[in-house]
Amino acid sequence: MTTEEDLVPDVDSSMVLSDAFSVLGRVPDGVTEGEVVAHLAEAARLVRRRDIAMVRAAGLGHIGGEFSVIDILVTLYLHSMNMSPDHLGEPDRDRFILSKGHAAAALYTTLAMAGFLPPEQLSTFMKPLAQLNGHPARTKIAAVEASTGPLGHGLPIAVGTTFAGRLDGSSRRTFVVVGDGELQEGSNWEALMTAGNHRLSQLCVIVDRNRLQQGAAVSDTNDLEPLADKLRAFGFAVIDLNGHDHGALAEAFRNVPAPSGQPTAIIAHTVKGHPISFMANDVAWHHKVPSPDQVAQALSELEAP
Amino acid sequence: MSTIETDIPVLHDCRDAWVEALLELAETDDRIVAVVNDSVGSSKLGPFQKRFPDRLINVGIAEQNMVGVGAGLANGGKVPFVSAAACFLTARAMEQIKVDAAYSQHNIVLVGQSPGMAYGELGPTHHSIEDLGWLRTIPGLTVVVPSDPIETAQAVRWAAAHDGPVFIRVSRMGVPMVNHADYGFVPGKAVTLRDGNDVTLAAIGTVVSRALAAAESLAADGISARVLSVPTIKPLDEVAILAAARETRGIVTVEEALTTGLGGAVAELVVQHHPVAVRFVGVRDQFAPTGSVEWLLDHFGISEEGIVSAALDLLA
Ligand SMILES: Cc1ncc(C[n+]2csc(CCOP(=O)(O)OP(=O)(O)O)c2C)c(N)n1
Ligand SMILES: [Mg+2]
Repeated sequence: MTTEEDLVPDVDSSMVLSDAFSVLGRVPDGVTEGEVVAHLAEAARLVRRRDIAMVRAAGLGHIGGEFSVIDILVTLYLHSMNMSPDHLGEPDRDRFILSKGHAAAALYTTLAMAGFLPPEQLSTFMKPLAQLNGHPARTKIAAVEASTGPLGHGLPIAVGTTFAGRLDGSSRRTFVVVGDGELQEGSNWEALMTAGNHRLSQLCVIVDRNRLQQGAAVSDTNDLEPLADKLRAFGFAVIDLNGHDHGALAEAFRNVPAPSGQPTAIIAHTVKGHPISFMANDVAWHHKVPSPDQVAQALSELEAP
Repeated sequence: MSTIETDIPVLHDCRDAWVEALLELAETDDRIVAVVNDSVGSSKLGPFQKRFPDRLINVGIAEQNMVGVGAGLANGGKVPFVSAAACFLTARAMEQIKVDAAYSQHNIVLVGQSPGMAYGELGPTHHSIEDLGWLRTIPGLTVVVPSDPIETAQAVRWAAAHDGPVFIRVSRMGVPMVNHADYGFVPGKAVTLRDGNDVTLAAIGTVVSRALAAAESLAADGISARVLSVPTIKPLDEVAILAAARETRGIVTVEEALTTGLGGAVAELVVQHHPVAVRFVGVRDQFAPTGSVEWLLDHFGISEEGIVSAALDLLA
């Protein structure tokens, strides 16, 4: 039987190794708003570069939904959430759950960028016995709060972590990211109802509103609109914003809990595959793997400005 | 070059046979509808959607809803084929399968796509290895696990005409042809693919071909292995399995699933009527580590070598 020690680094992919990944870590305290945004933008650029190389090396992944959610993840992990790699088990840490677990590569690269994973480990993505599974597993990675992959699990768990915080009198917050297609699962609406009725103000639900799901547009499959009205009717304070705008995201996260005492829902308007010209808003890139030429093209579009 | 390639058997994605059979049926029977959960592509239903756009109902990512809608369509006289990744169809909608399909005895066909560990690196959330153990406990449900495209197409045609709920497990991982061209699928009937009297290899679905390879390898060591292909785990062919228990020294069960599937079913049967040694090839009580499907099958010994060593252990 193979053991964990047999894990081999990904030496056959020169593309991965040549794509250097520098860990920027958290945005330092006391910097200007402009410096915050610049730090997050640079981190997101590097995360996207690493993500695409990882998917290419693994031959599997969900680039479209990874590129739509990366700015949200980077803003949370590098700036907005109260958690640190040095205090992983701290009970009062903010909680994060990536309910759309198919964007695992985006989570792993962000965790590495924030210092929660050694960057070398990214080369093991989906390799035999790797901790970096195709979907994030709580038993494999310390910073992962809940295993996800089947859609519609994260939000109920987030309601539970928020309840636990309330019972402990803690001011910690829970952030959960759900896909818009994912919201077709009934379990989400059961959880939203619970959160609204119990006024779980420490809960923040972020909808990655890229308007596409696996095989088609959300509106051509089972439409969600009027989404903001539905969330309001379930008792949420609702914010619409551009999910690629780090400044807007940071401000919205800073305002959780909402003064109204309601749980917060952020409808983050995003573009699947953003900002790559040939991927953006094309449903085929839900789980397509780029060719070497496409990787080169994407990396050139992700050069430093 | 070409001489080497002729040794490699052609592998088939059984989803092609499934959709071809469904399209053929739908041409002459307008009761046939497909119900999916954003799974048109993963079910290979693109051609069906094109030909019969009104007869494909995509409920979105909502498996419980999907099976319930299927039951309602059956109630309305339609013949629904509810098709989704086997992992989500079974794990997410199990109560709908139990109550809306089986307890209500609706004529619904549940099609579990890409089962077993076909999704490899996507991990245990996407593997469907619990399904056989779960589904065989549900009264009134027929559970079909085809081993190749011939059997897949026949199971689809049979299910459309059958009175009562049916589950069909459709393989994505490539499999070679194992049944003869003149094969006729009969539910509850196992198929003896190879005669033998030392040991029986009872296999189901994607791994029947591996049992055949193991029998060949055992023959080289002078061991005569019978290979039973078991296309329906429910109803189980009790006659064929008890004959194997009487006529050979024991049974090795082989499945791309937890051993609570075929293994559990065979063990429950023989322990009551003719106790013999049984060995289980499959996954034992654990979530799979990260790895491709080929790697995982080897890792768990669901391979020619693993089956041979289980047989040798039984005979030792
Ligand atoms: C319960 C369940 N059903 C089906 C799937 C298969 N699946 C994976 S991703 C996906 C589409 C998700 O769309 P969305 O939530 O909009 O995510 P995004 O667009 O951000 O990638 C589907 C259907 C799944 N993972 N879980
Ligand atoms: Mg989406």
